[in-house]
Amino acid sequence: MESSEKKNLGTAILEFIRNNIVPIMFIVICFFCIPLSGFSPSYLINEIVTRMGRNIFLILCLLIPIMAGMGLNFAMTLGAMAGEIALIFVSDLQIWGIPGVILAMIFSIPFSILLGLLCGSILNRAKGREMITSYIISFFLNGLYQLVVLFMMGSIIPIRHFSIKLPRGYGIRNTVSLLNMRQCLDNLLAVYIRGVKIPVLTFLIIGLLCLFIIWFRKTKLGQDMRAVGQDMQVARDAGINVEHTRLISIVISTVMAGFGMIIYLQNMGNLSTYSSHSQIGMFCIAALLVGGASVDKASIGNVFLGVILFHTMFIVAPSAGAAITGDSMIGEYFRVFCSYGVITIALVMYESKKRRSRSRSAQELARAAARETESAGKAAVK
Amino acid sequence: MSNAPLLEMRNISKDFFGNKVLVDINLSLREGEVLGLCGENGAGKSTLMKILFGMDVIRETGGYGGDVLLCGERAEFATPFDALAAGIGMVHQEFSLIPGFTATENILLNREPKKHSVLSEVFGDRLNALDRREMDQRSAAAIDKMGVHIDADMTINSMPVGHKQFTEIARELSKEQLRLLILDEPTAVLTEKEAEALLESIRGMSRRGIAIIFITHRLHEILAVCDKVVVMRDGRVVQDCPAKETSVPEITRQMVGRDVDLAGGEAREVRDLSSAKNILSVRGLWVDMPGELVRHVDLDVREGEILGIGGLAGQGKLGIPNGIMGLYEAGGKVVFDGAEIPLNNPRRCLDSSLAFVSEDRRGVGLLLDESLEWNVAFPAMQIQNKFLIRLLGGLIQWRDAKAIHAVTEKYIDELAIKCTGTRQSARELSGGNQQKICLAKAFALEPKFLFVSEPTRGIDVGAKALVLDALRRFNRESGVTVVMISSELEELRSVCDRIAIISGGRVSGILPAAAASEEFGMLMVSKVV
Repeated sequence: MESSEKKNLGTAILEFIRNNIVPIMFIVICFFCIPLSGFSPSYLINEIVTRMGRNIFLILCLLIPIMAGMGLNFAMTLGAMAGEIALIFVSDLQIWGIPGVILAMIFSIPFSILLGLLCGSILNRAKGREMITSYIISFFLNGLYQLVVLFMMGSIIPIRHFSIKLPRGYGIRNTVSLLNMRQCLDNLLAVYIRGVKIPVLTFLIIGLLCLFIIWFRKTKLGQDMRAVGQDMQVARDAGINVEHTRLISIVISTVMAGFGMIIYLQNMGNLSTYSSHSQIGMFCIAALLVGGASVDKASIGNVFLGVILFHTMFIVAPSAGAAITGDSMIGEYFRVFCSYGVITIALVMYESKKRRSRSRSAQELARAAARETESAGKAAVK
Repeated sequence: MSNAPLLEMRNISKDFFGNKVLVDINLSLREGEVLGLCGENGAGKSTLMKILFGMDVIRETGGYGGDVLLCGERAEFATPFDALAAGIGMVHQEFSLIPGFTATENILLNREPKKHSVLSEVFGDRLNALDRREMDQRSAAAIDKMGVHIDADMTINSMPVGHKQFTEIARELSKEQLRLLILDEPTAVLTEKEAEALLESIRGMSRRGIAIIFITHRLHEILAVCDKVVVMRDGRVVQDCPAKETSVPEITRQMVGRDVDLAGGEAREVRDLSSAKNILSVRGLWVDMPGELVRHVDLDVREGEILGIGGLAGQGKLGIPNGIMGLYEAGGKVVFDGAEIPLNNPRRCLDSSLAFVSEDRRGVGLLLDESLEWNVAFPAMQIQNKFLIRLLGGLIQWRDAKAIHAVTEKYIDELAIKCTGTRQSARELSGGNQQKICLAKAFALEPKFLFVSEPTRGIDVGAKALVLDALRRFNRESGVTVVMISSELEELRSVCDRIAIISGGRVSGILPAAAASEEFGMLMVSKVV
């Protein structure tokens, strides 16, 4: 009896490790790298808190498409582009500070909705292949974005302020300085605890978004999304408009990504016009997966844990790498390598989990058949 | 209240592109009445229910003839949602449930009560929060109405199968307007005890005035619970009488018994092969083929015979060849010609000269876009290195186009395949001729043992006779042992020496082909699960 309990405990632990392999791996990595990097705890905590404020909003936008069964939304990049376009307009108008941030958010909404509708209707035509499709859409629209920003802005779309225009008269400069709105959200109501700056307002906004997501799950629309995410056909038979529901989930995600990008950039203080958005989707998805999320299941807790672990690794890896090999590039390399690695592992695990659950029914059949053979054998002996 | 029955179907007929599936069906059903509907697969039961339910497929294939009357008024439903609104509910054979939702959430799927919120004024009522308490109450009421207790807070994927079925029934019962409930083989997945509970709940529903159409293969259940029995065969109603006046053997005879023998008067030759050795013996076979689960099959096949495997759809007869040939996950022991065959390994089966003509000829059987030559010769080339010219001591292998052409010609002649030439692509052939190509492909392998699964599905009568004849000849002339799986009993009886009937994933009995069709009918329904 005792041994079977032990065995159960053992299999439970194994199951737990198997289901949470990615976060556990990252905890181990961080555990070894933190002492090696030689950073003081207050510096480390300060950095992590800053990055949490910077990134969490962006990552939260991934939750809703996962709920609707559309997997990891690589096309959140589209929202990021919308946010950037809004910021370009706001800096052209020279409206800075908090009003600038709010105005940028308002400007970003129509762009986000438009891009979200486009992306959503394409994804509705590619059911079951949402992730690869959204990934490619993000590349396609990156080209479109460059066309608009590089050639149309200043020539067709009026841009007045010379500081953001290229010297040739049209197109936007490589970097747009957002110095005048740098960390304006973070600094308002900021609290310092033992030298660690807590951007209270940013966290409040993030808290509100979390509440929104929790509330959203309880709405009819949220319930419909969960239904659509689990079985499209059944949802359709019950009279839920599947396509429309999926479309809305992508639009919400894109709009939120737009807001998230604006929060991200106000923290950074400058906008790299042509590259800020390019890696953002990848890093956000990697962070979410590091937090223990999978392709079909993600929670707010995954987002927070993911940001903390992923960015701790980001902060300590370069100096830990330098401490070991004397070359800080190795850490830089390690970051990118890790992001892609994590995404790959998560995708493979998702598939293998599906397969495991399928073979479980076969095992049950096998056991039943074996029992029957046994009892038939006994009967024959009698 | 008018005296008109709740549901009346008058002179319903339906054909799919000239192929008559329903002829002159008349049914009537009063409030609270339970009607048992039975018939073999393909008798037209599902088509009839689809008409009643306004399914898209009926309209897309040209509508139907006759009238459906609800309470004396003519009703025509454009979509299933209209039928639902009119108070008709249906529990399908396949579950239509969201796996990660609780029973309550599934019961009220897309009909959830909502709490009003301010945001919904702006963004529409989908942003109203769900009223969980009201949901719990309604689902509890529905479960109560059903009379079988299930845990409303359990998610579907952790439920036993029977409870899933009850969840579906509760969902229909939670609809206020429900007047007529169609249960399509609801007991197929239930344990005996659960089935008993279901029958009790059917009685309860009928007392509340809900009329029920109960489709099942378990005939004793029909007699236990129904007021009226309707038996269908070949698209016609062959029996319509009160349940008290009939019996299981009577219904069985009506279901399968054909008055005239369709085998075509051809004298069936009786062979005694009981002294032949067993070429294939199967012990404790299970196969995880969705929809065709094989639970525990013991079967011996004698050398040189044609063994038929029959049974109702979904009972596992298709799972047997698919499992042995390694197309679905399987377990158990299979001994062929003295050597054990490893399961889950299609290549080893083919190497030990077993061949399989799949029921899924478009998916598994044919390379649709390739020429007939390729289709016929490809497996033989791949597996047995036939039709190859070896150069440099086997280092380079060249296709022997001439031999391939010759063998294809030979089979086109033998099987009377209608085509423009050996290079025509397989896609362009008709269904019957495609089936013949599948056979030719298997014949070209020159196997010792051949599984043929549903060889005549979807082909016309003339082609059927040719295909069956080719099989018989192949068996007689080359001495190949053939196991033929078919859902048409008459077809099996015309070709086979012995017929094994599969029911509930097990062999329910093996009879000589000359046995009476009632005996087969009894075996078919004996262990239905």
